[in-house]
Amino acid sequence: MVSGPSSLPTRARRLPTAVKIVIAGGFGVGKTTMVGTVSETKPLRTEEILTDESVGVDDISGVEKKKTTTVAMDFGRITMRDEYVLYLFGTPGQERFWFMWDEVALGALGAIVLADTRRLSDCFPSVDYFERRGTPFIVAVNCFQGARQYDLAEIQLALNLGPAVPVMLCDARSLDSCKQVLIDLVLHAMKTRGLAPNQEEPQNA
Amino acid sequence: MMPPEEPGHDRWQDDADPVQDRWHDEHSGPMVRPYVMTSGRIEPTRGKFDLITLVVSVGAEPDGAVGLGPEHVAIARLCQSVMSVAELTGHLNLPIATVRVLLGDLLDQGFISMQEPEPEADMHDIRLYKAVIDGLRAL
Repeated sequence: MVSGPSSLPTRARRLPTAVKIVIAGGFGVGKTTMVGTVSETKPLRTEEILTDESVGVDDISGVEKKKTTTVAMDFGRITMRDEYVLYLFGTPGQERFWFMWDEVALGALGAIVLADTRRLSDCFPSVDYFERRGTPFIVAVNCFQGARQYDLAEIQLALNLGPAVPVMLCDARSLDSCKQVLIDLVLHAMKTRGLAPNQEEPQNA
Repeated sequence: MMPPEEPGHDRWQDDADPVQDRWHDEHSGPMVRPYVMTSGRIEPTRGKFDLITLVVSVGAEPDGAVGLGPEHVAIARLCQSVMSVAELTGHLNLPIATVRVLLGDLLDQGFISMQEPEPEADMHDIRLYKAVIDGLRAL
């Protein structure tokens, strides 16, 4: 398939360049699921499990079925041919973990803000953060069962987003859906940074 | 009762955690505190080590090298294949600041080489975006 001596020892190989995409959003919105859906390696994380004691600290009304949460961050990896490796970082949504955000957002290609229509306000801090920082981002509404469906335009309005910020529906458990969100984000990041998107992209087809 | 998320964990093999297994006591937690591993240092002597800086081992294993401990050796072993600082942190279950100091030591003594990520200001290379889109489509 690929020509050339692919079995060269690591030390003789040129190191690829790593790029990263941040997945942010509120508590229990599906960040961990999305990272796990697309990662080629077992997602790694540093985690502290929140139990009943966290009720009142981390409000889980509306997401009662979620018993634990990730309070650190998790990350997955996708190898892109030889030159690049893409890392996905699911960042803690709670503001008390903001000390980690700058480190994770620095040098990011872009960000996905995951939203849950049952608790839309949970993603306000993430939206604010990336707007302020100038990181290209899109909003992906994770479609939970039992959640009321809203019009994308309604969500755009509710989040007070500019027309330039794409909003889309997704299913964090579906590989195809996550792929589409990631591709749309990369296209949006290109546009934001003044690079002409490829003419054969679906939006122009 | 179990969380319904975490799909397909069987896709990935469980990897052993050599340092952690030996130095973790069920009741009292880690027996070696992170600052002991770094001899109290909080900054690496060399390198910034971003979360996605890629690291790979070069040359011989640092077994028995002066001033290096079991955690250094564990890092060098993990880096037999190219690995990011974030992944090392996850595999070793150590704080990132600790891993950075240990990586600085390894870099100092020539046991690893590394590739820093593109700075944000340089994100105007269209090849990068195309490679990422192609890679995503191939998933």
